[in-house]
Amino acid sequence: MTDRPDAGAQIVVEGLVKRFGRFVAVDGVSFNVGRGEILGFLGPNGAGKSTIIRILCGLLRPTAGRALVANIDVSRDPEAVRQRIGYMSQRFSLYRDLTVAENLRFFGGIYRVPASELAERMRFAIEMAGLSGREDALVATLAGGWQQRLALGCAVLHRPPILFLDEPTSGVEPTSRRRFWDLIHSLAGDGVTVLVSTHHMDEAEYCHRAALINQGRLVALDSPEALKRTALGGELLLVACEALGPALAALRQAPGVRDCSVFGSALHVLVDDAERAAHDLPAYLAANGIPSARATPIHPSLEDVFVHLVAADVAERSVAA
Amino acid sequence: MRLRRVKAIAVKEVRQIWRDPRSLMIALLMPFTQMFMLGYGVSLDLKHVPICTFDREGSQDSQALLKHFQASQYFTITRDVQNYPALVDAIDRADCKIGIVIPPDFSERLNDAGSASVQAVLDATDDNTANIAFGYALAVVTGYSSDVQLSRTERQARGLQQITPMTVQSRVWFNEDLDSRNFIIPGVVAVIMALVGAQLTSLTISREWERGTMELLISTPVRPSEVMVGKLTPYVVLGWIDAGSCLAVAALWFQVPFRGTLLTLFVTTTIFLLLVLGIGYLMSVLIRSQLGASQIALLVTMLPTQMLSGYIFPIDQMPTLIQNFTYLVYSRYYVTIVKAIFLKGSSLPALAMPTVFLLVYATAVMILAARAFRKSLD
Repeated sequence: MTDRPDAGAQIVVEGLVKRFGRFVAVDGVSFNVGRGEILGFLGPNGAGKSTIIRILCGLLRPTAGRALVANIDVSRDPEAVRQRIGYMSQRFSLYRDLTVAENLRFFGGIYRVPASELAERMRFAIEMAGLSGREDALVATLAGGWQQRLALGCAVLHRPPILFLDEPTSGVEPTSRRRFWDLIHSLAGDGVTVLVSTHHMDEAEYCHRAALINQGRLVALDSPEALKRTALGGELLLVACEALGPALAALRQAPGVRDCSVFGSALHVLVDDAERAAHDLPAYLAANGIPSARATPIHPSLEDVFVHLVAADVAERSVAA
Repeated sequence: MRLRRVKAIAVKEVRQIWRDPRSLMIALLMPFTQMFMLGYGVSLDLKHVPICTFDREGSQDSQALLKHFQASQYFTITRDVQNYPALVDAIDRADCKIGIVIPPDFSERLNDAGSASVQAVLDATDDNTANIAFGYALAVVTGYSSDVQLSRTERQARGLQQITPMTVQSRVWFNEDLDSRNFIIPGVVAVIMALVGAQLTSLTISREWERGTMELLISTPVRPSEVMVGKLTPYVVLGWIDAGSCLAVAALWFQVPFRGTLLTLFVTTTIFLLLVLGIGYLMSVLIRSQLGASQIALLVTMLPTQMLSGYIFPIDQMPTLIQNFTYLVYSRYYVTIVKAIFLKGSSLPALAMPTVFLLVYATAVMILAARAFRKSLD
């Protein structure tokens, strides 16, 4: 786990713990996010992503640990933090019975955006969300992607330096999702710090760094490229053959193989040296009664990395327990 | 408190109320329907109670007594029976509430002993009505006997100075006809305002929790007091309309005499409105479901107001313990105030005590509600 040293860190989290009764939702998480950085939270539902974001927005009190947002301790002065952040909650939370413009004007009033600037900023938010011409449409009548972009528009109306986006693309169709990430990148380009959670693995590729979270713990934190390069601790082979079950069992015993899992109609095999294994493994499989196997070195996806790291984390924990 | 934020919330709330015409209609029409229902439904006056007579003597005296019953507006003679079974039958069939039986020796005893008794058979299945009707029957008989007394005295004292039996003349003020409607209707206004007021606001916070909009709202720098003032403002206006229509129905339709000033009524009603709206809001803050909040709001406003405000059940006839408890029932102060303004024409200084009580309660509820609002999901 590497952490880019960053003097201008906008979000600093140290040893954060949150318990709900006996359930540990967040289990000693630490990380920093720098100015203009996009940090992606990845993990299955219930991993604790939303809980961390809610603590950072001052909506939940941490059980232990410290969280600084814009150099302000969230537990000590949540109101000062709230002035400096924009938040998109996991559940859509704009007023469906108000129009696009009415929602924007409402949040403009709540954040006390100067009246002289409000019109200009509303225009910016409406254009950003692609809602020009639909200012007077009731939010309830908008499609999911538009609703989410409007929610982002409301969250940035007061120009916060820090944005928390909790699963902003869930329930949004793929083309709209792409467009949403373009928006996030343009905001980050303007210096906005973004912490965004998702359970779409492919979306981690859009982040500067991705944090993998499983059962309340931070399993890995690095850039997508570094994660793919180093987190596996080996190289990846795609093995195509018949009889996947017996092949899986055989490969787990093979020399130089560290891990093996089914991936679609083929196997992903983690080895020390892909070049050599690509040559050796088909012969090994043939010797074990599985003929005509083909092995090709491949680049791992983040999903590979995540599956591997979660499995390793679970194994480590069961050993500890 | 920032006016900008208060305004943003108030404007948003008005839009939401406006976009929900069904709820708005309920809010505006409910006081009307309640006013008519309670106004007509709640009356303690008994008039034209059906009675059945059984004159076992059939003398001039006995018929004179029955004439008194006939003449009274409180009774209507529905049947004249000749035997007890027929009397029992009439009561069983609910043809009458009371059977008046005049004994066969009525005039004899009246002339000899100067006193005779009349039997009243009461249908006490509705014992309240029976009691009140019995009281009226007693009054009729007493009236008759004083007539008899008077004529006898006259006969005996012929030629001498005329003696008039001493009577007490009571003079009723403020509700001269002792019409219970005049007395009850102003109280009905208070009951309806308590009910409607708390219902109006009981949904306002819980709705945001249920729809998920609260999570975003509490992530903003908005203050609890700003949320409260912003949300209550539109409902105060709605409450004024509701109170205005209730009071107008009381004065114009039910013709309850209005002797006070509109200003006094406006000031005290506004304080009461703030109090009941605050109670609804507090429930909404404490209970994060719409159904739960409105049910509890109903319970804490309707029940004590109906039972313990003195709008229909007189407080000074309650057991001492309960009487002491009624000081906590905020609506009793408003019931007192509205009755006094309508019937006595009391001015604000004369109503200082109950008004101050209301003000104290309203302030306490507001402070509590603002404190209870937590910007947290914990």
